[in-house]
Amino acid sequence: MAKQVLLNVFLGFMWMFLTTTYEPVAFVKGYIFGLLIIFVFRKFFDSRFYLYRVFSFIKLALIFIKELIMANIAVVKVVLKPKMDMTPGIFAYPTSLEKDWEITTLANLITLTPGTMVIDISEDKKILFVHAIDIKDAKAEIDGIKESFEKAIMEVSRT
Amino acid sequence: MIEIAKLIIVAFILIGAFFHLIAALGVIRLPDVYTRNHAASKAATLGVLCILLGTFLYFYFIHDHFNSRVLLGILFMFLTAPVAGHLLGRAAYHSGVKMWGQNGPDDYKEYIEIKKSEKYQEYEAYRKKIEENIKAESK
Repeated sequence: MAKQVLLNVFLGFMWMFLTTTYEPVAFVKGYIFGLLIIFVFRKFFDSRFYLYRVFSFIKLALIFIKELIMANIAVVKVVLKPKMDMTPGIFAYPTSLEKDWEITTLANLITLTPGTMVIDISEDKKILFVHAIDIKDAKAEIDGIKESFEKAIMEVSRT
Repeated sequence: MIEIAKLIIVAFILIGAFFHLIAALGVIRLPDVYTRNHAASKAATLGVLCILLGTFLYFYFIHDHFNSRVLLGILFMFLTAPVAGHLLGRAAYHSGVKMWGQNGPDDYKEYIEIKKSEKYQEYEAYRKKIEENIKAESK
């Protein structure tokens, strides 16, 4: 991915030198043409066209913000409920993600999900220990949400 | 235009203050460290975010001043608050703080016992059991 971005910047500068105009607008124009060229030659790179990855990263950021707002509404409901009748508990969640930054992102996302918080990660980085504020309704629903998180994170890290 | 901007700014700052109030109430009302941690780390994050965003919009629209430090503050808050919550919960568990309520499950306790006794085979069996449990639930 870094190679493609660098090449695109290089093509932008190339456009500036070809047209002998040294302004930001010329660079942006050259960058867009360079994007087209890289898209045409995408099968010669060992990773996929880098804009796809940028888009999936933006999608992940939007999921992050949405989950933060949902989690806060859930917290408001729990705090303002007159009776404290939940059952907190810690459950183990096996993850299939491998790289360190992927697991960190997943842990942060789970912490910002309604009613869950990561307590620890096992030494071989395969199990996350999640504290749920109400284990009854949390488990089934949250597994589904995490499937979508894992999918979104994998979408970013896929080559 | 300025009037609409003012309305949005007021909305952001009031929502932020409201979430801070909820976080404070949660820290008082909820029964144990872990549930309090939930309230504090989530509600306070969004509260600070909303107030900072309101401040940024105020200086941008009313005083025509683009303050990038406030935006950086939002980003740092967003990245560090969940990690702080995670570390507090972990430290509390390892110093022996009990969870509130008797009937909640606790998979973590088993893991710590296996880790202390350093039996790798037991850990493998434990992991398989958990994976099977998850599979059975999702069916």
